[in-house]
Amino acid sequence: MGDKILIGLEIHAELLTNTKIFCGCKNEFGADVNTNCCPVCLGLPGSLPVLNERVLDFAITAGLSFNCKIARNTKMDRKNYFYPDLTKAYQISQYDIPLCYDGYIEVEAEDGSAKKIGIERIHIEEDTGKSLHDATGDTLLDYNRGGVPLIEIVSRPDMNSPKEAYQFLEKLKEVLLFTNISDVKMEQGSLRCDVNVNVIKEDGRKSNIVELKNLNSFKAALKAMEYEVIRHNELLAKGENTVRETRRWDDSQNKTISMRSKESVQDYRYFPEPDVVDINLTEEYVNDIKNKLPELPDDKRKRFMKEYSLPEYDAKVLTTSKEISNYFEEMISKFSDAKMISNWIMTELLRRVNDEGITLDDVKFDKDAFVYLLKVISEGKINNNAGKKVFREMFETGKKPENIIKEKGLIQIQDEGAIKEIVVGILNDNLQSVEDYKNGKDRALGFLVGQVMKASKGKANPQMVNKLIIDIMKNM
Amino acid sequence: MKLYEMTLKEASEKIKKQEITALELTQSILDRIKEVEPKVDSYITITEEEALNRAKEIDEKIKAGEEVSVLAGIPMAVKDNICTDGVKTTCASKMLENFVPPYDATVVKKLNAAGAIMVGKTNMDEFAMGSSTENSYLKKTKNPWDLNKVPGGSSGGSAAAVAAGQAFYALGSDTGGSVKQPAALTGLVGLRPTYGRISRYGLIAFGSSLDQVGIFTKDVTDCAIVLRELAGKDKMDGTSAEVEVADYEKHLDKDMSNIKIGIPKEYFVEGIDADVKKAVLDGVEKLKELGATVKEVSLPHTDSAIATYYVLAPSEASSNLARFDGIRYGYRAEGYDSLEGLYTKTRTEGFGDEVKRRIMIGTYALSAGYYDAYYKKALKVRTLIKKDFVDAFEDVDVIIAPTAPNVAFNIGEKTSDPMAMYMEDACTIPSCLAGVPGMSIPCGFKDGLPIGMQIIGNYFDEATMLKVAHAFESVTEFKDQRAKL
Ligand SMILES: [Zn+2]
Repeated sequence: MGDKILIGLEIHAELLTNTKIFCGCKNEFGADVNTNCCPVCLGLPGSLPVLNERVLDFAITAGLSFNCKIARNTKMDRKNYFYPDLTKAYQISQYDIPLCYDGYIEVEAEDGSAKKIGIERIHIEEDTGKSLHDATGDTLLDYNRGGVPLIEIVSRPDMNSPKEAYQFLEKLKEVLLFTNISDVKMEQGSLRCDVNVNVIKEDGRKSNIVELKNLNSFKAALKAMEYEVIRHNELLAKGENTVRETRRWDDSQNKTISMRSKESVQDYRYFPEPDVVDINLTEEYVNDIKNKLPELPDDKRKRFMKEYSLPEYDAKVLTTSKEISNYFEEMISKFSDAKMISNWIMTELLRRVNDEGITLDDVKFDKDAFVYLLKVISEGKINNNAGKKVFREMFETGKKPENIIKEKGLIQIQDEGAIKEIVVGILNDNLQSVEDYKNGKDRALGFLVGQVMKASKGKANPQMVNKLIIDIMKNM
Repeated sequence: MKLYEMTLKEASEKIKKQEITALELTQSILDRIKEVEPKVDSYITITEEEALNRAKEIDEKIKAGEEVSVLAGIPMAVKDNICTDGVKTTCASKMLENFVPPYDATVVKKLNAAGAIMVGKTNMDEFAMGSSTENSYLKKTKNPWDLNKVPGGSSGGSAAAVAAGQAFYALGSDTGGSVKQPAALTGLVGLRPTYGRISRYGLIAFGSSLDQVGIFTKDVTDCAIVLRELAGKDKMDGTSAEVEVADYEKHLDKDMSNIKIGIPKEYFVEGIDADVKKAVLDGVEKLKELGATVKEVSLPHTDSAIATYYVLAPSEASSNLARFDGIRYGYRAEGYDSLEGLYTKTRTEGFGDEVKRRIMIGTYALSAGYYDAYYKKALKVRTLIKKDFVDAFEDVDVIIAPTAPNVAFNIGEKTSDPMAMYMEDACTIPSCLAGVPGMSIPCGFKDGLPIGMQIIGNYFDEATMLKVAHAFESVTEFKDQRAKL
């Protein structure tokens, strides 16, 4: 055994419920400041929280998707601390009995084997408001986010490389997206990730655990972890150690920077929340959620490979989101060439969708039109290049492919006689090239094919052109 | 008889028969307030204009022949820790001296919908912490029976207002006896319902797992009427219970033949005044004469109740009161140099001594290393206390005990001795910890001061409790006694 890296993650994900966790205020991102607020989420004196049952559904869905056990009898607790963006000076959270516990996410270990990363707990809690600092140094407070439901997912320190941790995050994100639990937008703060890192040397020396915060993308998380592992190793090599502290990633400097030391441990004075009644779940309730779970990405991926004989790479791309996998499956119900669909989705559709920054829902043509296009290509009625041209126009204008093909006259000339006529003409006009080909210059063939295609305005069936040129030249 | 001297029910009947108008009734209460308020100091805020306007509206409805609630047009008062939309709600604290809630408590909403007329917000111990209403930042309320005595607390303002004829009924709040004890000291009927019976939404929290809105009235019938209007599940309060609300007034009769009364031996021990003891036991005799059977019961964990209460209630209070930090509303200190400084200075200046004392006790009891020894242990004892009551109610329908250990004491007598003050609630705290309903009715006098008899009911069985109270009331004359001012 060599050196060992230990990484644990704490992830906060905002849930996509319609309303907040304890009141009827809208749960939406980007509203005008302090417009989605009521006495309850502002924690005004006398107001009381009432637990939104949808939050339980969402959190249990997450728990079951991550192979967790679900506590049947649990409660909410108060976590007491002072902060201006915390309206009640306590956060309603869960302390000793989390709703979900003892789960795992499967990732690919460094050696390529499957590895289970433990999930210690998933609990529900309310989000806090947000402090905004203006140019004059004043602090302004926006409480729209106050009371937005969150799940906190705490992993075990089972990840032994930044890459494993990165995979854990990717898998977690996929599942949250697939189950519609969260939109996992790190840049909007709907997914927030803290990382705990330390290193154990072969001789048993350990670096102190360092917490990384304010990571605003998975890439930043990966870079920060890689940076920390190197930093820990260097310090240990010098006979020094890391400080037990919280650090943040600075993207511009490409390094982590100390935020604060962890020495003063805050006493949160947790106690059971008396305003929210205890949560007692029936088997029926949990089973109902279990039965409604969608097929999760890992299962879907395996099924795509098996059912449609797709390569792993394709299956992975097609299962990165529910929208993509649904799109694929709807296409395949109308047209059976899975690999062709997969290629077109990956290379043409997704590339353009990503370039435009739109979603699959925004695509202007329907799937029947897409299927029509793939059919005429596979039947050889138009060639692949023409197909791409048609696709481009469909994507931009939403016009029907049959109309585009007609307008642009892209139907291939399949008539051998007609092609032969053009071929003979071109060969006679380019006797030098015919001679060159016969003398072993293969390049000449390409030139001749090009000339024929040009003469046919790109409509001649290229396979036929190839075959005819060779056949005719033989007799010249 | 002056209009303000009537009971709620009498006044309501006169209004419905159009013998008097709501406006006349309201005016008589406002006049009475003008007359005696300088002596009693029941109110923090008087909402004269709003009350008169509402009275006119009610009169128009009645004239138009509209069906109105029994509470329509009847002036009443609300303790100043119950939120009223657009009307200052101070909790008798410097911290909230100018706080105007943007919403109504559910109980206030219900009363408004019923056409009730709020004439003002009543004085109290700051944040409902105290047993004498001497802890108010704003004023000291006096007992209408003797202006040198306290009215009890923490709902002393509400109690004094009804006892002095400044309202037909009043809302209070009860955490460990803050309705029952002042009712006893001012010769009123005071009821604390089962925990969960009345919505707490809009009641500014002290100890969330104990707080309940309570009712002060002149007699049991009025109490039954108001309870029916207030009780019921509220979707804004997750702890409010989905239990059917009876028409309590209809349950009031004198037939005690099916009633079993429990006398808890732990409540008739040292510390309870001999005259108080005698008055309560005489009261029990009266009920016996009406056909009730009486047996001794035991509530063995009674002597742990005060200690348990003074861990749990301050623990919850320390958390509930943390939101008063000077950031969003309420008092904010001047001249701070950091966020921490803003918090500290604001809370130092904004809270009174008793509030600070309890915040400190609660913070300590919840802190790491002490949680198991105090808070957790107190929770366990609370479970035992609950079990005491559950067991006792296997055998009896109601439990009868003194409400307060003595009659009203002098203003200033116990202010320097918190422990003596805490003992005031010794008889009311156990049932509050258990969450069972309880009420106090007048059952005698000592030196011209009222004595209270406490009737404790089984969970959600306010009906039986009221029935027993009503039977006692109908064969005695204590309810007809009024404080002379
Ligand atoms: Zn809200």
